[in-house]
Amino acid sequence: MIIKGKVWKFGDHIDTDIIIPARYLNTSDPNELALHCMEDYDKDFIKNISPGDIIVAGDNFGCGSSREHAPIAIKEAGVSCVIAKSFARIFFRNAINIGLPIFESSETSLGALQGDELEIFPEKGIIKNITQNELYNTNPMPIFIQNLIASGGLVEYTKKEIERRQIEY
Amino acid sequence: MGKSITEKIILSHSDKKELKRGELIKARIDFAFANDITGPLAINVFERIGSKEVFDKNKVTLIADHFTPNKDIKSAEQTKVLKEFSREQNLNYYELGQVGIEHALLPEKGLVLPGYLIIGADSHTPTSGALGALSIGVGSTDLGVAMATGEVWLKVPESMKFLYKGKLNKWVGGKDLVLYTISKIGVDGANYRVMEFAGETIKNLSIDNRFTMCNMAIEAGAKSGIIEADEITEEYLKGRAEKEYNIFKSDLDAEYEQVIEINVADIEPQVAFPHLPENCKGISEVKDILIDQSVIGSCTNGRIEDMRIAAEILKNNKVNKRVRLIIIPATQQIYLEALEEGLLKIFIESGAIVSPPTCGPCLGGHMGILAKGERAISTTNRNFVGRMGHPESEIYLASPAIAAASAITGKISSPEEVI
Repeated sequence: MIIKGKVWKFGDHIDTDIIIPARYLNTSDPNELALHCMEDYDKDFIKNISPGDIIVAGDNFGCGSSREHAPIAIKEAGVSCVIAKSFARIFFRNAINIGLPIFESSETSLGALQGDELEIFPEKGIIKNITQNELYNTNPMPIFIQNLIASGGLVEYTKKEIERRQIEY
Repeated sequence: MGKSITEKIILSHSDKKELKRGELIKARIDFAFANDITGPLAINVFERIGSKEVFDKNKVTLIADHFTPNKDIKSAEQTKVLKEFSREQNLNYYELGQVGIEHALLPEKGLVLPGYLIIGADSHTPTSGALGALSIGVGSTDLGVAMATGEVWLKVPESMKFLYKGKLNKWVGGKDLVLYTISKIGVDGANYRVMEFAGETIKNLSIDNRFTMCNMAIEAGAKSGIIEADEITEEYLKGRAEKEYNIFKSDLDAEYEQVIEINVADIEPQVAFPHLPENCKGISEVKDILIDQSVIGSCTNGRIEDMRIAAEILKNNKVNKRVRLIIIPATQQIYLEALEEGLLKIFIESGAIVSPPTCGPCLGGHMGILAKGERAISTTNRNFVGRMGHPESEIYLASPAIAAASAITGKISSPEEVI
């Protein structure tokens, strides 16, 4: 899997109320949620992004609420992945569970600028900044989480686990 | 090497003999819950897995509290999903007249107990950590899977110990302690870790104040907040706990990533300025901030002690003409107690409105939304951009004492100014 896209820069502590305001949570329809992604931060974000674009943020991305609607809105908006210095823990779990790729990389957060084109090689843990001709490293994911991602998220992983247990017993 | 209360609880819910910090493990859960926002997605996950029955009908509940009483058709549809699923699965479902804000309702009903491993699809799930349980917020997929399997994947966390010493100043409570603590370590100061609150001040702290502290552990990014169960906890559980429970305590030689000592004599009532809970100032440093709305309630500060403090300050006082004061008892039981104690009369005579239990304004849902440029003092837990309404409105977080006093003066004020 290779991910390629243009950078949208965000700062530290981008909370889930910014990602998807609670006033839109009377639905869990991904299309409707995507329409309001990042609306209170940049109301034109959703109009201006192209499929495959990448969010690059600072520390503690996704802090606040447990709403899975946040990674769902980002994914459905067409964002290919989120790169941040660090993630808040519930957002981290939710993104992995629903299959939104996320990468921890201080180097990218510091080096990449708005509009830069990035290419990501997840297996190698490398991010290439095509615009600036730089290479950044990402923190490797634990094996268990790599397996979750490879299974296609927690739902698929659990289905396989349940089948495996039924065979064992 | 000794173990912390958190490690002991996780170990007792896993098949492992020893745990390594940072290790990812599967653990059995004692209780799982979701609300009207996170529940429908969790039910969808449960169905996608192909599950027919929840792992234990007595250990799962779905609580409609966020947009209830249903604020619009879409919200009503979401609540209906919870109700129908609960009926199909034979789960306890609390209809509008019995319900309350989930994190206040679950302890009140004795559904969460010391030593439990609890997961909730809501970030303020750590509230029940005040009972000596490990109570962790997750998303809907985790919750949907747990409803099917009774298990959750967890990273064995590091713990940070906070030792509070000294006597609390007048009008200082759990809200001020936790806001002060967040201001010291930052909104990601405890990311992925458990905040263990201990020390002589905590030993003497009431259960309602303990709930408030654990509730806001998430605002420092923590996996949970936890306080060892003691006599105060057991007193609270009398008449509520119907099941046996285990009290775990941290070993004296337990290892902590950090131990932070806080002398509470240094702490005055706190106010968190927009737009992060870490932006705290002592009330003596807060000058001339006019407000349009004051909210007293939420999973953070909607319990009976909070109601009593608000009434103490509002008694024989009037809400300022420029202010909407909205008071929200967190559960129907708290509402009834406030009625019986005469608190609701004081609220209404002062010029406040009393709302039915709901998360409503805290997350900008309904029942008290801010217009552009408006400013609120609120006992809720988040002052993020747009949290209570318009993206250009402002929220200041504080205790019920400050929120009540500010409603009277029309600007953010100490209770000393009105009492």
